[in-house]
Formats: sequence, structure tokens, C-alpha cells
Amino acid sequence: MNTLNPQSSDHQLLTIITEAVLESTLVEEIEKLGANGYTIMDVRGKGHKGVRNAGWDANANIRIEVICGSDVAESISVYLKEKYYNDYAMVIFTVDVNVMRPEKF
Amino acid sequence: MDPIILFFLFGILAGVARSPLRLPSQVYDFITLVLLISIGLKGGVELSKLSFSALLPQITTVLLMGFILPLVAFPILFSMGRFKRADAASIAAHYGSVSVGTFAVAVAYMSSQAIPFEEHVALFVVLLEIPAILVGIVLAKGLNSETHWGKIAHEVFLGKGVILLVGGLIIGWIAGPQGVASIEPLFFDLFKGILALFLLEMGLITSSHLSSLKKHGVFLVCFGIIMPVASSVVGALAGVFLNLSIGGTAILATLAASASYIAVPAAMRISVPEANPTLSLTASLGITFPFNIVFGIPLYYYLSGYLHTII
Repeated sequence: MNTLNPQSSDHQLLTIITEAVLESTLVEEIEKLGANGYTIMDVRGKGHKGVRNAGWDANANIRIEVICGSDVAESISVYLKEKYYNDYAMVIFTVDVNVMRPEKF
Repeated sequence: MDPIILFFLFGILAGVARSPLRLPSQVYDFITLVLLISIGLKGGVELSKLSFSALLPQITTVLLMGFILPLVAFPILFSMGRFKRADAASIAAHYGSVSVGTFAVAVAYMSSQAIPFEEHVALFVVLLEIPAILVGIVLAKGLNSETHWGKIAHEVFLGKGVILLVGGLIIGWIAGPQGVASIEPLFFDLFKGILALFLLEMGLITSSHLSSLKKHGVFLVCFGIIMPVASSVVGALAGVFLNLSIGGTAILATLAASASYIAVPAAMRISVPEANPTLSLTASLGITFPFNIVFGIPLYYYLSGYLHTII
């Protein structure tokens, strides 16, 4: 297989930026909804819930990245939107991506 | 004035002046880790000298206080403050629980004034951390089956604060006074210096909450000062009832007066998401924490001395 020229698949990079306090719950839910893996980063920034500068635990933010099929990305986004958008600081977006080893995801 | 308080004021000033100064979060994590373990260790060493039967009345009384304080705070917030049910319950939980930072400053205050106190009071910190969270959740949600108690228990008992304190207590208890001698330089000798750095960061954090004070009105400010003073009377009476020394009574009063800003916010955020975290944090960090460490602790010490002479 030519790994430098992957067959452009329907993979998506799903990014969730939210409150660090949700980390363990979200990870569980994302895996249950079909994601095979994820990457988490500590981040800081400003949104409509104000500056979240990660100065200490209660206003720390995380960014979770998941590469998955568009169906999984869709079901995760719908589920999280329904469950968390009202009460938590949360941003979700997706972009199409080419991955080198599509069979991993 | 004690230099550690000056560090706190320095942090507030630097924050208000918008200095980009901040401790890297790993450093802050390390500092809290050392503080929590030091407090636990000291308490554990003292516990090893006491029998469980001597402790039982203290444990029961302190736990009971942990359940009562949020139950007193809630109706005040709900009917007088006109907060939403979830917000009132969440703030009540913050005020029923304790602040380890405030406790550490109280301990430092007693040591610098050479006031003796029962060192095992560290155990009370752990005991007081938990009941208010349970009461807060029940006040907000009622006793329904939707609450994920397993998840909450995990958050409460294994959260950074409780697990480090309990770990320190157990290690101190097993090792005893001779055992911990070898680690004294880090955990005991450096305690005040590390506390000073911690308070510098707390000052910076506090300053970031000052701007939201104006938005939330006079009631919250008054509550943030009157509630701890009222709670301290309950704590001091409990201390006198338990026959603690004046120093020990003052520390129990301080614990009753202090409001949580680590364990409770995290637990409330998960279990009562509809409560606005800005309200409770503004009150506990923006008002009560600075009030307690600058004015409260000397006041509670005076109060404890007074109650000991009249009762």
C-alpha cells in the first residue's frame, strides 16, 4: 500500500474544547460512541463564558481531538451538544482529514 | 504582619495591575501537593499518639457540623438572597466545606504566635470536606435516582485534596515521629516558604475574581463575610464542647468559617451543572478567602479565647 498517498477517506478530525472537569466522563462517552482513540491537551483561551486561563483547576480547559469516521463524528457531536451545550463551556468542530493509516481509525 | 499574608496581598496587587505574572500550573500543582502532604503528615504523626475512642466524639461532632453548616446557609441564600435553587445549593456546599489554604494559614498563624494546638486537627479537614458536598447535591436535586453517586464518590474521595491528605495522614500515622524525621526538611522546614508561594498564586487567582464582584451585588459580598463569621461561632462552640485548647478551637472555628474552592467546585460542576460556578467562586475566592486569612483568623482566635473564659 502506498502510505504516502493514502486513499482520501471519509475521516474526520473532531475537536472538542471544553472544561477540564469533564475529561474523564467525556473520554468514556467518546469511546462508547465508537472512537478508537483520542488526544487531549491542556489549553487556555476566551469564549462567551469568559476568560478561561487555566490558572487553576476550576477554570482549566482541555482540547480533545478524535480522528474517526464521519458517522462516529456525527453521533459524538450530536450526543455532546444535547448533553452539555446548555450548562458547560464547550466548542465542537470537525474538519476532513487525510490520514496515513486509515485502517487505524 | 506575617510575611505570608504580604505575599497574598502582593499577588492581589500584581493581578489587579494586570501583571502577566503567574506560577506555571505544574509548579502550582507541586506546591499544593507538598502543602497537602505536609498537613496530612503532621496530623498523622499526632493521630498515632491518640486512641480511637478518644477521637470518636471529635469525629462525630465535626462530621455533624459538616452536615449542619450547608443546611443553615441554604435557606439564607434561597429565600433572602433569591438565588436559584441550584445556585443556592452550590454556594451552601462551598461554605459547608473547607479550604485547605485557609487551614494552612491558620496553622502558620498559630505557629508564628507560638500558640499550642492539637496537631491532629488535620483529620478534621478531611472530615469536613465531604458532608457538605452530599448535602449540596441533595439540596439541588432532591434524592432522585438520576444522580450518579458512584461518579460523585469517585470525584470526592479520590480527588486530589482528599487523597493527598488521607495519604499523608496514613503515612504519618504509620511512620510516627521518628519515622518522618528524615523527610522533615522538605515537608516541615520548608512549609512556610511553600505556603508563601501558594498564597502568591492565590492572590493572583483572587484578583481575577474581584472584577466579577460588582456584577453579583451586595448580597453576595455581605454573605461572603457574615456567613464565615457566623460559622466560626459554631466551630468555636464545637471546639469548646470537645475540650480542645484555645489554639485547636480557633483552628476548628477557622475550618467552619472557610469555604472550599477546589473539591466542591469540581464536584458541583459535575453533579449540579446548572449551578453558575462564577457565583460560588466569586464568593468563596473573591470575598471569603481573603477576609479569612487577613482578618478572620486573628478574630477567630480572639473569639475562641473569649468563649473559653466564659464557658
